[in-house]
Amino acid sequence: MTNDPHGPQKFIWKYILSTDHKMIAKQYLLTGLVMALVGAFTAYLMRWQLGYPNTNAPGWGLVTPDKFNMLVTMHGTIMVFFVGMPLLVAALSNFVIPLQIGARDMAFPRLNMLSYWIFVLSCVALLASFFVPGGAPAGGWTGYPPLSASEQYTGVHWGMVLWITALALEFASFTMGGINYLATFMCLRVPGMTYFRVPMATWFLIGASLAFFFSVGPLIAGAVMLLLDNVAGTGFYIPAQGGEPLLWQHLFWFFGHPEVYVIFLPAVGCVLEILPVFSRKPIFGYRAIVWSMGAALALSYIVWAHHMFISGMNPRLATPFSITTILISVPFAVIIFCMLASLRQGSIRLDTPMLWGLGFLATFLIGGLTGIFLGSASADIYLHDTYFVVAHFHYTFFPSVFFGGFAGIYFWYPKLFGRRYNETLGKIHFWMTFIFFNATFWPIFRVGAGGMLRRIADPTQYRILDQFKEMNSMISVAAFILILGQVPFVWNFFWSMFRGPAADANPWRAGTLEWLAPSPPPHGNWGPGLPTVYVGPYEYSRPDMADDFVPQYRPVGVLGGPAGQA
Amino acid sequence: MDGAAHSDSAQMPTAHFTAKLAIWWLIGSEIMIFGGLIGSFILFRLARPQWAEMAHHLSVPIGSFNTLILLTSSYTMVRAFVSSGRRDRTATCWNLLVTALLGLTFLCVKGYEYAGKFSHGYYPNAGLFWAFYFTMTGLHALHVLIGIIAILILFVFGLRDRLWPIASRVEFTGLYWHFVDVVWIFLFPLLYLTS
Repeated sequence: MTNDPHGPQKFIWKYILSTDHKMIAKQYLLTGLVMALVGAFTAYLMRWQLGYPNTNAPGWGLVTPDKFNMLVTMHGTIMVFFVGMPLLVAALSNFVIPLQIGARDMAFPRLNMLSYWIFVLSCVALLASFFVPGGAPAGGWTGYPPLSASEQYTGVHWGMVLWITALALEFASFTMGGINYLATFMCLRVPGMTYFRVPMATWFLIGASLAFFFSVGPLIAGAVMLLLDNVAGTGFYIPAQGGEPLLWQHLFWFFGHPEVYVIFLPAVGCVLEILPVFSRKPIFGYRAIVWSMGAALALSYIVWAHHMFISGMNPRLATPFSITTILISVPFAVIIFCMLASLRQGSIRLDTPMLWGLGFLATFLIGGLTGIFLGSASADIYLHDTYFVVAHFHYTFFPSVFFGGFAGIYFWYPKLFGRRYNETLGKIHFWMTFIFFNATFWPIFRVGAGGMLRRIADPTQYRILDQFKEMNSMISVAAFILILGQVPFVWNFFWSMFRGPAADANPWRAGTLEWLAPSPPPHGNWGPGLPTVYVGPYEYSRPDMADDFVPQYRPVGVLGGPAGQA
Repeated sequence: MDGAAHSDSAQMPTAHFTAKLAIWWLIGSEIMIFGGLIGSFILFRLARPQWAEMAHHLSVPIGSFNTLILLTSSYTMVRAFVSSGRRDRTATCWNLLVTALLGLTFLCVKGYEYAGKFSHGYYPNAGLFWAFYFTMTGLHALHVLIGIIAILILFVFGLRDRLWPIASRVEFTGLYWHFVDVVWIFLFPLLYLTS
């Protein structure tokens, strides 16, 4: 092989065409962060237009209504599919799964590289849509037809084709990735790493891959139909040709709701990984959490129509889907309560990863609770398509992608780069984000409940929204500071990568396998022999041990017998 | 390279098992893709009894012939798998070649059918039934084509006596080929026999 793991490596094999799971994780991480900058820029332009309607946005110009539609569409698409997915699913799965289960690499390293480069291609296709005639897609991130199926409504043709192409490439990439993660998880666990000794982060990343894997197929079929509507003159979704726009909504949300968990579960996994380490306690209810995740996964496939209560689908469907929606909050409530119980009477250390973890709990809780309003059909009929929904899903996505994601990035930073980040900057970053995230999105609930509709380009056109003029400006200012609040992170991330103090193998004194490998782990991770696992992942503060934790790779003798039960 | 990770421990699954598992996951995702398409078609079809009229334009004899071709190709694929297990290079290559040729025959017949439909003005944009017909059979034909390419690559490897280091790939390709076959078993009655 050209990329011999033992010899000196050329730049291209080490950094570009690498098959090392850790390098691919960093590639995904960097790509996701770059896309996040683009997503943040679209947010800035939209918030400028909403806060200061019809004035020139500095650095861009006037945000006209057609441009606003494009920005709305691209913001959602980028943030969900091109930031959330690469950061939380791909980067974390690639980095964490092999290290936590003791593998040397993914089951299929070359497939892994291929899936990353297909993802890059997908990013290029999406960003190219800004520059083609007609501009970027403007039918909303959910791509509802007939807006997305026919050029006559939005004036966008090539942008739409590129949007579908980008999604198709992305789905191909993540299907390959999913196969890789699942095969790795099932086949490459080291001896002793039974399913119930697998750390939480790995369990939840696998849950995310499963959620993606079995929901994306129908949307791929749906995307093929949408593409043909756009380029071959078929009318699957066009009522004038006998088609049904609702079909897309069903196919989209059959995927779209599990997709929420594709992004949410890895964040939960990170936080579950962090809580025991920074409170020096075993996780509360390990098995209850794993089974709850399984139940939530199963339920996630039968809740999708709660996105469609006012779509014109058969109203008799509303009640069963309301019921499954309320049901799915039960396993998640179990998980959240287990998290809180894990904190109880712990020796809590408020290092940066823990702050982000707790921030995730606090903010996601609001997202989850407001979901109960939207999940019941009667309340949703009033709130649907208002900014209440916008605030709700930002209170779920933002905590997942950014609070959960930053928790993971800060937690594994020493392992990723072999250096420590600056703790003060990390905390400044957290408090800036936490305060201004809430300052941005909390008022949006109010604006939405007051009747401001999603996706309108110019709120000044509506007399009833005059009362929210100041509030909208205030929200925009908070959003701008939120974006600026990421500067300490960018600085910290890159400065510490080269100049941070060297990190030892286990800076957090955590028990899972990745902390056995050197920081950063070499190609092949473990040196000559694989580790063997003797105990569960969260053996903290055991009364029978002098040290306050037992790593998974340490045999604990007779006393260790029941420890594997976690 | 794939095998390197497990050589450390005899207790862990073999590379062959890992790869086979991956093929099954792939088939799982494909089932969801075709499931979405077929499910959408069934729901539309149930609400539109008038589509029986259009299904009438599809030739049941040609469709049946194609079904027979594809089923036979699955048989020869199994023969190839059995022969590769016996390390019988000649029989493996012959069976792979026949499978690929049967697959090509299927595509040619499909192309002939398409041409007939086009000549009567039944294009994908000639109504929803035809949109579904061309999308479903077209997506299936694409899978047949991918299968043929994979089988031909194995055939060339076999000719150059490189088959044995990769004999298990005959099995994996076979799994995929049978899946493509099963999809047609669903498409044929749904499209042709509901008139």
